[in-house]
Amino acid sequence: MSTSIALHVGSLERGETASTREPAWVKVVLISIALSFFGIFLLLPLGTVFAEALRKGWGAYLAALVNRDAWDAIRLTLITAAIAVPLNLVFGVAASWAIARFEFVGKRVLITLIDLPFSVSPVISGLIYVLLFGAQGWFGPWLQEHDIRIIFAVPGIVLATIFVTFPFVARELIPLMEAQGSEEEEAAVVLGASGWQVFWYATLPNIKWGLLYGVILCNARAMGEFGAVSVVSGHIRGQTNTMPLYVEILYNEYNYAAAFAVASLLALLAIITLALKTLVERQTRRQLQEVTEASGE
Amino acid sequence: MASVKRFSPLPGFGLAMGYTLVYLSLVVLIPLSAVATKTLAMGWDSFWDAASSPRVVASYQLSFGASLLAAAINVVFGLIFAWVLVRYRFPGKGLIDALVDLPFALPTAVAGIALATIYSENGSVGSLLEPWGIEIAYTPNGVLLALVFIGLPFVVRTVQPVLADLEKDVEEAAAGLGASRWQTFARIILPHIAPALLTGFAMAFARAVGEYGSVIFIAGNVPMVSEITPLLIITKLEQYDYAGATAVASVMLIISFVLLLLINGLQGWMHNRGRRT
Repeated sequence: MSTSIALHVGSLERGETASTREPAWVKVVLISIALSFFGIFLLLPLGTVFAEALRKGWGAYLAALVNRDAWDAIRLTLITAAIAVPLNLVFGVAASWAIARFEFVGKRVLITLIDLPFSVSPVISGLIYVLLFGAQGWFGPWLQEHDIRIIFAVPGIVLATIFVTFPFVARELIPLMEAQGSEEEEAAVVLGASGWQVFWYATLPNIKWGLLYGVILCNARAMGEFGAVSVVSGHIRGQTNTMPLYVEILYNEYNYAAAFAVASLLALLAIITLALKTLVERQTRRQLQEVTEASGE
Repeated sequence: MASVKRFSPLPGFGLAMGYTLVYLSLVVLIPLSAVATKTLAMGWDSFWDAASSPRVVASYQLSFGASLLAAAINVVFGLIFAWVLVRYRFPGKGLIDALVDLPFALPTAVAGIALATIYSENGSVGSLLEPWGIEIAYTPNGVLLALVFIGLPFVVRTVQPVLADLEKDVEEAAAGLGASRWQTFARIILPHIAPALLTGFAMAFARAVGEYGSVIFIAGNVPMVSEITPLLIITKLEQYDYAGATAVASVMLIISFVLLLLINGLQGWMHNRGRRT
């Protein structure tokens, strides 16, 4: 597959004349600018995280990660993601089924509303839950009466995380399902398949890579969210500290090596996310190519 | 015509739509409406006092000014990145293409402490700039730098596919008619990718205005000088000034919604242009 792409590019380049190509020096300058910008803005911060984390050696690095506070932060981050990601996954599938498979009035408005959390500042995403469930909030007095804590407690962190990761799966699936059309599913219905059978056997195999892509991005944000969670957490060690919040506490205590040690786990998560993303993109491109080749024959 | 939905043989519309609307209302719409209700309950005078005090206005100036400048810088470098990734082949290209999204994937707090460390006066870059009298960390420059970092992928990822779709024969035709390479770029390529550039600019700007985690570590957070608006909202919350925090938040929300509509409009425009050609 890759050789055919390379050959194609090669033939294009041979067909080029000098006037459809930049002078060599322009090309060199542009590539140099991109490489230096890439080095300073992207590689350097990433490298710094690992360099600072290991500055005091592996012993200090491990000690920063293997202790009660760090472990509590890791656990809370995992729990939060384990609740937020599946909920938004189910929502994303339901929303894209309704939007990409049916025509109805107000579709564009609905899509815009689904995108809303992306355009809201993380700080405001936390604030809205304080306004709802905080001591002075709408449900504050009632919650206090029944001794239920949401703000400055785990439920608030989970809610804020669900809000900021809300659009990820839906936004990947809607354009994908719209592009694929519904012929296969309609054929399955005509052949007598039930609704769930249509979804499992006709829809899911076609959207699985897009779904995975959405879940990967959703998970990365859920584990890394800082601003929204910071507003609702109250920063209680061992109780309401997620990993990003724990990084902040350590950093503000001038415990840089430990802060970067915890940060290095999050940076590792980012690298894994990007690697998976690249892999999934390659898969979808291959799938798309097979579809276009099949229809071309 | 009686129904809002057109006929389809597929099942599940009621269930999927019902679930979507309920979940959307519970998670997004009702919580967001709390800001509007709380703001309306304040009355105009106290809203205006809270949303236009000198310290708040200074934070708007910094947040919006730095975000505009950062988005403009991103347009220039984002275009160069997209161009280089689409048109040239060079070693390390695959790595760059994969890592351009790093600012999306790296948790903002991690980016924040890394940038603050690099650009502080003892840091790897900060110590090089210090003899020249250039200070980045703990000044408004630091805010700008963090916002450039966070916004880069938006421009690259919106321009890249449009540039890749641009047919080579249009450029060849222009060259055949005697246009220089620069004329072809300015008259043919640039107008074609302009909507994508503008969309990327608006997205980077919208993200930058609300950004918190990557900025606060490097900003220094001095009131009236290097305090961004999202941080001011948190400060007010920590002082139990819920009304003040809500007033500032509602100003930011209105601006975000206007930007969202603008971005949607731009994307619709791009989509239609793509269809015509």
